[in-house]
Amino acid sequence: MTDTLTEHADPTLHKGEPLIEMTDVGKTYGAIRALKGINLSVSAGEVTCVLGDNGAGKSTLIKIMSGLHSHSEGTLKVDGKEVHFSSPRESLDHGIATVYQDLAVVGLMEVWRNFFLGSELQAGNYPLAPMKIKEMREIADSELKKMGITVKDINQPIGTLSGGQRQCVAIARAVYFGARVLILDEPTAALGVKQSGVVLKYTAAARDAGLGVVFITHNPHHAYLVGNHFIILKLGQRVLDKKRSEVTLEELTAEMAGGRELAELSHELQASQR
Amino acid sequence: MSQSLSKTPATPPEAASPPPAKAPAPLMTRMLARPEIGALIAAVVIYIFFFLVAPAFRSAEAFSTILYASSLIGIVAVGVGLLMIGGEFDLSAGVAVVTYALTAAMLSYQFNLNMWVGVFLAMILSLCIGFINGFLVVRTGIPSFLITLGTFFVLQGANLGITKLVTGAVSTQNVSDMQGFDSAKAVFASSFDIFGVTVKITVVWWLLFVLVATWTLNRTRIGNWIFAVGGNPASARAVGVPVNKVKIALFMGVGFLAWFSGMHQLFAFNTIQAGGGVGQEFLFIIAAVVGGTLLTGGYGSAVGTALGAFIFGMTQQGIVYAGWDPNWFKAFLGVMLLLAVAVNLSVKKFATTRKA
Repeated sequence: MTDTLTEHADPTLHKGEPLIEMTDVGKTYGAIRALKGINLSVSAGEVTCVLGDNGAGKSTLIKIMSGLHSHSEGTLKVDGKEVHFSSPRESLDHGIATVYQDLAVVGLMEVWRNFFLGSELQAGNYPLAPMKIKEMREIADSELKKMGITVKDINQPIGTLSGGQRQCVAIARAVYFGARVLILDEPTAALGVKQSGVVLKYTAAARDAGLGVVFITHNPHHAYLVGNHFIILKLGQRVLDKKRSEVTLEELTAEMAGGRELAELSHELQASQR
Repeated sequence: MSQSLSKTPATPPEAASPPPAKAPAPLMTRMLARPEIGALIAAVVIYIFFFLVAPAFRSAEAFSTILYASSLIGIVAVGVGLLMIGGEFDLSAGVAVVTYALTAAMLSYQFNLNMWVGVFLAMILSLCIGFINGFLVVRTGIPSFLITLGTFFVLQGANLGITKLVTGAVSTQNVSDMQGFDSAKAVFASSFDIFGVTVKITVVWWLLFVLVATWTLNRTRIGNWIFAVGGNPASARAVGVPVNKVKIALFMGVGFLAWFSGMHQLFAFNTIQAGGGVGQEFLFIIAAVVGGTLLTGGYGSAVGTALGAFIFGMTQQGIVYAGWDPNWFKAFLGVMLLLAVAVNLSVKKFATTRKA
């Protein structure tokens, strides 16, 4: 199943080598502060999990890494060089691919068109040059098959696939096009248990192939299954930053559920019951 | 025993030819999933209907006239259809046709230039107005419906205002004796005979534009991008598609085709009425929608839009040939639009239901 992942993964990736380093990164939208003092590193062959409630700043964080917004404070380094992305294309060119929860694919377009969207194969480099459609169909079909994603017909609209399959196609696409860092935005949020399992397996496969993975979620159980490193955000700030060996699932769950605040709340509720 | 052995080699060749087992069902499904299938059926039904009720409808000349009427709408509708697949509207396309015709006529006449200079300058203007429409839409994020509604009124007012200032009347002077008129007329508004039937050159241009648009949509990278920016712009942007550039280019494409249509009007009629073009924008949109283009973008075809324009031309002429009150045409158009929208909706549902 992981054949193609390892095959296509960049051979220059070495496990543990830092790919993205963020130092004191912050972001303000006018007067609104969305993110402050974030230190984060993503290393090859590791999954960095970013957890947080709604509005914690997770989306802002990935938007900075994927080039949709640029950061207003601190430094962002990719492969040791400082960068300031102003478009998703720049981020992609640095090998950073983002798979979004709800907008990973264009539903009405065929599977193969989605697979090659933005990186189409052309027969020439002149205006209105034809795409190599046959080749694109074959590549998309064989790549998906090799990764264990069975699609009935590569020409069917991707909207007819299940949510888990769509995420997997998006991940397979990112890996095929040479992603070195994979950012997964809430990949399991809208999925059932079985489908989440499929996506988590691919996440692990990508990690084992040497890619750096940023896994954004609000589900500590899913995070703990694949994560090497955990960061919890709250109101735009980092409240926890621990390696897998330093933290248990219980701690993670408690912290995510609100930690101390929840304990206080339970005291208050018990007091009022008496 | 030996018999059964000798039989076995016969089976592999059959098994080696893979398609037969799989082909039939997907072909039917694929046919039905094409955006233009509804319009094709409607076109055939309407053709048969008028063929039966209106004897005058049956001649080859009548068919040529229908094609001409269809091409007048169809040329701009090609651009409007692509734009709608790209998820945007252009309500200014109808009056813009007149704007470009006025521009070419007045510039050439007032400055006593060769007709082709005016034609060329009008084309530059058409691309500029297309660019401005697109730029405002992608920069402000205001729906294109509102932006182009604004452009629509601006152009409508400017058409009349400027023409009155320049010529003192609401139409341009006759340009038929200007230098370069004849060659421009040959390009934009001539006709030729095939088997004794007179065919207008706009029909040829129309078919050419449809071919180019079909090629672009289905075979090229740009086509892939057009579907993507209409279907899910955020997703398209995330994989590196230059969404804004594609949208602006689509608006400029509408501008170009509106210019072409304007040039036809100018060289077919020699003078241009400044107040014309109002209401045409809806015909372009209806042609695209009847042809299977989704109002929400991301789905449609150039052939479908052409069929939509053909249905339009056929009905417009058919009602005349049948000797009915032409006013019924608009009512018919409305019914077609409602039917098309209903069919499109079910097609979209059918195409996106989970099958695997």
